[in-house]
Amino acid sequence: MSYPLLSSYAMRMRVHVDSSKCQGHNRCYALAPELFDVDDLGNAFELNDGVVPAALEDKARLAVANCPEFAITIED
Amino acid sequence: MTDTVYGPVTDWATDFDHGAPEYNANIHQIWDDLKAAGCPIAHTERYGGVWLPLTHDLVKEIAYDPSRFSSLTPVVQQLKPSQARELDPDALGAPIGPVPPISSDPPFHADARRILLPAFSPKQIDPLRKEVEEICNKLIDDMGDADIIDAAVQYTQHIPVLVVAQMVGLPLSDADRFRGWVDMVLGGIGAERTEERLAQFQAMDEYLTKHIEDHIENPRDDLTTYLLNSEIFGEKLSPRHVFGTILLLIIAGIDTTWSGIGSSLWHLASNPVDRRRLVENPEKIPTATEEFLRAYAPVTMARMVTDDMEFHGVQMKKEDRVLLPFPAANRDEKQFANPAVVDIEREENRHAAFGLGIHRCIGSNLARLEMNVAIEVFLKRFPDFELDMSEQVTWSSGQVRGPRNLPFRINVRA
Repeated sequence: MSYPLLSSYAMRMRVHVDSSKCQGHNRCYALAPELFDVDDLGNAFELNDGVVPAALEDKARLAVANCPEFAITIED
Repeated sequence: MTDTVYGPVTDWATDFDHGAPEYNANIHQIWDDLKAAGCPIAHTERYGGVWLPLTHDLVKEIAYDPSRFSSLTPVVQQLKPSQARELDPDALGAPIGPVPPISSDPPFHADARRILLPAFSPKQIDPLRKEVEEICNKLIDDMGDADIIDAAVQYTQHIPVLVVAQMVGLPLSDADRFRGWVDMVLGGIGAERTEERLAQFQAMDEYLTKHIEDHIENPRDDLTTYLLNSEIFGEKLSPRHVFGTILLLIIAGIDTTWSGIGSSLWHLASNPVDRRRLVENPEKIPTATEEFLRAYAPVTMARMVTDDMEFHGVQMKKEDRVLLPFPAANRDEKQFANPAVVDIEREENRHAAFGLGIHRCIGSNLARLEMNVAIEVFLKRFPDFELDMSEQVTWSSGQVRGPRNLPFRINVRA
């Protein structure tokens, strides 16, 4: 027996901001506001537990590649 | 006291002078030559001993290591910190430094910075867009219908001054005076300590002290009053601290963005293909702005060595200064594909124009907004312009690099 919904969830790309590395450059929030938000101090965090809808995977990679502090990682 | 070294540079690997006008004018050639000669860290006896690391790895390692590399002296001037303290015993020492939080070290730094961060977060800064657009459009209106303009003198230099003055609650009519201070503090780093220079610093001190006293008596809805009401470790910020932070916002907020906008417009005046691409596709401006920030990063910061040590094969001494050339890190081929090429559609761009680590430029959101809007408005009003070859483009000297004259011929106005 298969669980298509569950398995597609598990296959989803996830992003994570390491808050000990984030210095508030805000590149991720500017490039992918659907995936990241910032707090009152300007520090970033991932939205929706970091789950990246398929259509936004390129944006997630872009955010990773533009973080000056190497603070964002992708888990497939 | 070490003898001060003045005069022309003989060898950029062992005798560089980051305050000499020819440094900023030939900066890319100088770095390329040093790296080609196998010199990842250059040195000079000038300014009491300064190191210049040139790779992204080294710049990042130093920026991430505040215990060995203190931020006490973000600008390398002729006097070492201990000499400066002899002359001004009241100056704030480590870990606060004269202009907190840029001159502060952990753990004090984080608390001093946290006070300022909310005022500069994206959600506070984004709503300023309309105001910046108005400033930019007004500056262009004021140019009338002249065919030849100086975009640095008539445009770029005014934008950040007006924005910062408004935030801090300083009269906009004194904008020229603030620009004068910026030249004095940042442009004159190699200058000798003359009576005239001291008198200029004295005048700046008096002006800002009066500004702060006036805000104590008449609180207003601006950053100065906000700082005066702020607390650190359960106590109000000292007047010295508030003074230093206001000075920092003026000095760091003006020259840097003025340079960033200026270099971007200089590039567009010199590269008609890029200019046309952005005129036709203004939605590409934010990506282009990031590339201008990478390729023409205006700011080099500095650190002070806290103790004698060996660092990647060189012997550093306590109180030596270390420049952090973020623009050189941005041209490291290990980090960027074809770093010498300015590609306004470069997508992967983790440039370090706003620094790395705990001292990330606190005004980066504001600077980006000002750059994006200034470029957008300029291209909209002047879709076709070029350098006026009969006049000279001049570059600043010192740790902030940007064009101070931008003679443009305007071919089309909209």
